[in-house]
Amino acid sequence: MESVQRQNVMLPSPYRVHRVHRETEDTFTLELTGKDGAAPSEFIPGQFNMLYAFGIGEVPISISGRSESSGGWLQTIREVGTVTRALHRMKRGGVLGLRGPFGTGWPIEEAQGNDIVFMAGGIGLAPLRPALHVVQSKRDQFGEVVLLYGARTPESLLFEKERELWRAKFGVQVKVTVDAAGREWKRNVGVVTSLVERTSFDPDHTVAFICGPEVMMRFSVAELKQSGIPEDKIYISMERNMKCAVGFCGHCQFGPTFICKDGPVFRYDRIRRFLAVREI
Amino acid sequence: MTNEPRIIERNALNRLLEVLVQEGYQIVGPTLGEGAIVYGPVQSSEDFPAGWTDEQEGGVYRLKKRADKALFGYVVGPHSWKKYLHPPERRLWTGQANGTDFELTPEPIESTRFAFFGVRSCELHAIEIQDRVFIHDDHVDEDYKARRENAFVVVVQCGQAGKTCFCVSMNTGPKAESGYDLALTEILDEGRHFFHAVAGSPKGAAILQQVEARAATSSDNAEAEETVQKASQQMGRTLDTAGVKELLQENAEHPRWDLVADRCLSCANCTMVCPTCFCSTVEDTTDLTGDHTERWQKWDSCFTMDFSYLHGGSVRASTKSRYRQWLTHKLSSWIDQFGSSGCVGCGRCVTWCPVGIDLTEEVRSIREDKLVPLSSKKEASNGNA
Ligand SMILES: Cc1cc2nc3c(=O)[nH]c(=O)nc-3n(C[C@H](O)[C@H](O)[C@H](O)COP(=O)(O)OP(=O)(O)OC[C@H]3O[C@@H](n4cnc5c(N)ncnc54)[C@H](O)[C@@H]3O)c2cc1C
Ligand code: SF4
Ligand code: SF4
Ligand code: FES
Repeated sequence: MESVQRQNVMLPSPYRVHRVHRETEDTFTLELTGKDGAAPSEFIPGQFNMLYAFGIGEVPISISGRSESSGGWLQTIREVGTVTRALHRMKRGGVLGLRGPFGTGWPIEEAQGNDIVFMAGGIGLAPLRPALHVVQSKRDQFGEVVLLYGARTPESLLFEKERELWRAKFGVQVKVTVDAAGREWKRNVGVVTSLVERTSFDPDHTVAFICGPEVMMRFSVAELKQSGIPEDKIYISMERNMKCAVGFCGHCQFGPTFICKDGPVFRYDRIRRFLAVREI
Repeated sequence: MTNEPRIIERNALNRLLEVLVQEGYQIVGPTLGEGAIVYGPVQSSEDFPAGWTDEQEGGVYRLKKRADKALFGYVVGPHSWKKYLHPPERRLWTGQANGTDFELTPEPIESTRFAFFGVRSCELHAIEIQDRVFIHDDHVDEDYKARRENAFVVVVQCGQAGKTCFCVSMNTGPKAESGYDLALTEILDEGRHFFHAVAGSPKGAAILQQVEARAATSSDNAEAEETVQKASQQMGRTLDTAGVKELLQENAEHPRWDLVADRCLSCANCTMVCPTCFCSTVEDTTDLTGDHTERWQKWDSCFTMDFSYLHGGSVRASTKSRYRQWLTHKLSSWIDQFGSSGCVGCGRCVTWCPVGIDLTEEVRSIREDKLVPLSSKKEASNGNA
């Protein structure tokens, strides 16, 4: 983050939309390169950027991977309001502003030699995907790899091709569930936590990474603890309002932490006590 | 260059202001305005609030005439120096669209060299607290840093304290010991009116040298010391800081938060007047063509609903949770985040709260009626008492 520090940290830099990938009805992925087409810098899986739509505003979005063809950053976004709507309107070749990458990432090195459990809810699969890419690139260095993924409906499930690849080619135990589905859906219906008992991993040698809505993460942690994974092997990615991403604006405070710089990825036991307090 | 204390007579004080102006400083200091003593541009020592003082209590601020012509015979007003270092509104950059592309131009970094005249010890500590946020943390706010490095700090030591002051409890005063360029103590005594002056930096010493002054005698030094001593005896409030970090963290569900929430108007006055509160938001304004846009940074407050907005709702929807956030941040989380308390005991939030909510009282109530003994509690319960 050296380079960010030296310049005006609040000034977005221009990035080009190299491609737009449609994922689902309301979710899309922007492939971003430098304005001249150059591949952007290294990032740690789990980090995020502040994306700026000209004249509209700026929002935090996690990096969801790197394009193999252009080398560009991938950012998978669900349209929920003003800025994400404006980003949804971006076309190939368009320019947006970007600051980042910011924050902490998933400690994948800690999982090496161990089993890994990924638990994702909804758009939460996007920030986990680059960590899965790392696992994929050195699969033999990990034991069992489990991906448990829940979404609202079958139509809102993300990254189907990749999930299939992880399952078929990389020996990942992939389990998917949805909250509600029509009759044609032959797979699980229900909460993502119900999938835990149907997978195999060694709880004494497992690291878990969880990303999704806060309630989903609470229940997931409880379930993983139940299955024997210690609290200090569980990591979650937190979300709060963010106006700066550099520790100036105060908006992202969560207990004594600033999610933009101490997070978004936290070791569960370090923030447990704050998660227990309503409206903190 | 000598760092020995000097004595500047009242009628030579203007010379100090002239030298500061000659050296390129724009002087800001206490003036009368808005029914209070506020900080604004100062041309000469006649602009200072000669003969005025302030009377403060929870929810009360009143200007009163003094019996003498003291220039700095008040405590602190609603303003703090943060309005010059971290302004209430600042443009960050402007943007111009051309076709599908656009260009962003950062706002030039502020180059005014301010001389802050009349800084109190608690206020100097407040500035140092904001330095930790904007200069000494992971990222640097270059505009703040430039303003800060350019600033010349003239402390005027407190000769009296107000009914809402508790700097002694917070270990931030009343005597400024370091971190200033010049420190003055105003002394009025048997018809004499003069300033005891100490340089705290080479910059300060160089300025002081150009002002007509004599060496201070040991009795002058003693008199200056007595003046601040007097202030330290007059603290209107106290706050027991022992273990306060854990106290607030462990009592997040204390019933006292509900009681204070019944009174708090969520007006955000306390955060606006607090010299350490640093939170801000950004606002984008775009012209009708949509081609020209500006981003502004503005002071924000954890008492607003928008502050914690997250997909469709606020994390801190209740007044209780917002007051708790504010007080817990000030006195507890701040220590985790920046290694010091976020409160300097200036009393502004007590004085300027329309309903007179007093943080020292809130802490005392929680301390006297703790939910559980300190550090024996496992996890906060979710139920409200
Ligand atoms: C660290 C982090 C990573 C994120 N990663 C992703 C991601 O990969 N993909 C994705 O689709 N979304 C992600 N989000 C959520 C995304 O930032 C919000 O959906 C987005 O800010 C909503 O902005 P809006 O203007 O479209 O919505 P509006 O509801 O119109 O928002 C108004 C304002 O509220 C704030 N706001 C609203 N919701 C959120 C929120 N959930 N988080 C933070 N601020 C919010 C924003 O400041 C926004 O400008 C992430 C959030 C955080 C904090
Ligand atoms: S919290 Fe109140 S007393 Fe403490 S520094 Fe802020 S305004 Fe002053
Ligand atoms: S404590 Fe007082 S000043 Fe602060 S928000 Fe509540 S009513 Fe306003
Ligand atoms: S987002 Fe501004 S302080 Fe974290």
